[in-house]
Amino acid sequence: MTAVAPRGTVARGRGPAPRPRPAGRTLTRLLPLLPAVLLLAAFMLGPIVYSLYGSLTDRAMTGPRAANPQFIGLDNYAELFASADFWNSLWLTVVFILASAVIGQNVLGMALAVLLRSSVKPLRSIVGGLVVLAWVLPEIVAAFALYAFFSTDGTLNVMLGWLGLEGTSWLYSFPLATVIIANIWRGTAFSMMVYNAALAEVPPELTEAATIDGAGAWQRFTRVTLPVIRRSISTNLLLTTLQTLGVFTLIWVMTGGGPGTQSSTLPVLAYQEAFKFAQLGYGTAIATVTLLIGAAFSVVYIRILKPEVD
Amino acid sequence: MSDRTSTISIVTRTPPIAVHRARRAKPVSVASPRRGAHTLLSSVILAAVGILFLIPLLWIAFASFDGDPTVSMRLPETWTLDNYAKVMTWQLTWQPLLNSIAISLGTAVITVVVGVLAAYPLSRYRMRFQRSFMYGILFGTGLPITAMMVPVYALFVSLKLLDSTWGVIVFMAATSLPMAIWMLKNFMDSVPISLEEAAWVDGASSMQALRRIVLPLMRPGLAVVFIFVFTGAWGNFFVPFVLLFTAEKFPAAVSIFNFFGQYGSIAYGQLAAYSVLYATPMILLYVIVQRLSGGAFALAGSVKG
Repeated sequence: MTAVAPRGTVARGRGPAPRPRPAGRTLTRLLPLLPAVLLLAAFMLGPIVYSLYGSLTDRAMTGPRAANPQFIGLDNYAELFASADFWNSLWLTVVFILASAVIGQNVLGMALAVLLRSSVKPLRSIVGGLVVLAWVLPEIVAAFALYAFFSTDGTLNVMLGWLGLEGTSWLYSFPLATVIIANIWRGTAFSMMVYNAALAEVPPELTEAATIDGAGAWQRFTRVTLPVIRRSISTNLLLTTLQTLGVFTLIWVMTGGGPGTQSSTLPVLAYQEAFKFAQLGYGTAIATVTLLIGAAFSVVYIRILKPEVD
Repeated sequence: MSDRTSTISIVTRTPPIAVHRARRAKPVSVASPRRGAHTLLSSVILAAVGILFLIPLLWIAFASFDGDPTVSMRLPETWTLDNYAKVMTWQLTWQPLLNSIAISLGTAVITVVVGVLAAYPLSRYRMRFQRSFMYGILFGTGLPITAMMVPVYALFVSLKLLDSTWGVIVFMAATSLPMAIWMLKNFMDSVPISLEEAAWVDGASSMQALRRIVLPLMRPGLAVVFIFVFTGAWGNFFVPFVLLFTAEKFPAAVSIFNFFGQYGSIAYGQLAAYSVLYATPMILLYVIVQRLSGGAFALAGSVKG
């Protein structure tokens, strides 16, 4: 696939040669962009700007502060940064992303991609299909399935019972661990597909040469394969991080962010503060912080892809 | 959408009407005696992982046919369609599914139409701000949409768009636009401009050329984008959950959640049956996209190695 990928460069120089044009003509050409620009400005840029502004007000869901919010400067942020809940939530988010996306999905995805290449055909399509199915399911259905799996009377404890082990109420005792595993279960397919494609592009001559030089399978993998596909790895790490930063439904359905705040990542905390505790301004401040984190990763992502954007 | 948005930015770099390269032949193994053992070990591990992925899925499938379902996975003692019969009511299933169709269809149509219009000048002309615009689009695909829901709620309060199906549609269309524009531009880039030049010589306007020449040639690409946006909206729970209040307007994702939450003791069989009804269209559409874009795993195939 890669060989024919149309990096934006294909378009470059394909249009008419750049020479001075009548202004009217340029405007006509830009006209088709208008609906998209308007929509993006109103519903993407709008909420972001609103988010930055709203986080500086004491807007609430009900009462006088709903109708007439006051500008309170950085008070929300001061309160936020002084709040143990926020730091707890930030920490949970970091652990959630590191464990489920950076380590879980990437390592399992890579392992599956490698295993798929070296196992028998029917098994390959069946297991590959199952992993992808977990990814294709609507998020809420995946969340129900894993809620059931981890429930006190759920499949996991029944299976542990067969082994003579005592289960526990996983969703209450280890809420973060359960949502981490759930996110790995749901999201690994993406990494698997990315790495599967990347591995297919590794020139076989390289690994053959390494074999002849006496490299074992592990050495071939770490010294030849991994360096060759490092760009796929960095891109995939970023994308899975961004996806996982936004995970809400999975956590909300499985644990509701609880018990207490033990699995409230930033999106969940923002939702709770804004809608359950009716602190819209405060919730917006949390949302803004989350957006800024996402924006930072997004910028890194763009820098990595830079040569491909025309 | 949110968790799919960035997914798809990878997809966007997949060539649409690409010539599929035959997969490279596997390297000839030098150590063939060890190969058998190697394959066996891989297969065993793979099968074990496969089973772990299968179990939660099997629970849904079995529980939906179980006369006396529990929260743990097991073969039903009595197979029955009762769960399906119970949830297949207007209020519980058909209306929410219709709402889902309306929202997803509206979102997909708006996104594709607006996206095509935007992609055309971006693909055909060289413009001064183009580079920054494309960077902006790419940036947009990376933002966590779930983090935007609180400010979006506040914005919708002032725009008086709360509890409006159209509000949900327009917002979802806007959030899926960056990815759609990105994909559509790349699909368009692979349609040779020489064909349009002939049409221009014959006096066609650029919009006529777009409609008569470019769009027919990128039909598979259009279908791929359409289905992606459609399934993204279909599976989205958080956006309608925050922006809609009236039960009659809920799409299936929200009504299934409320159904699940309202029962003290959850009717697991019905929940599972409902999940199957709600998830099946998404799985079918995914298979269609796979066909259109050329075989399993082709979608993720364009990340640069």
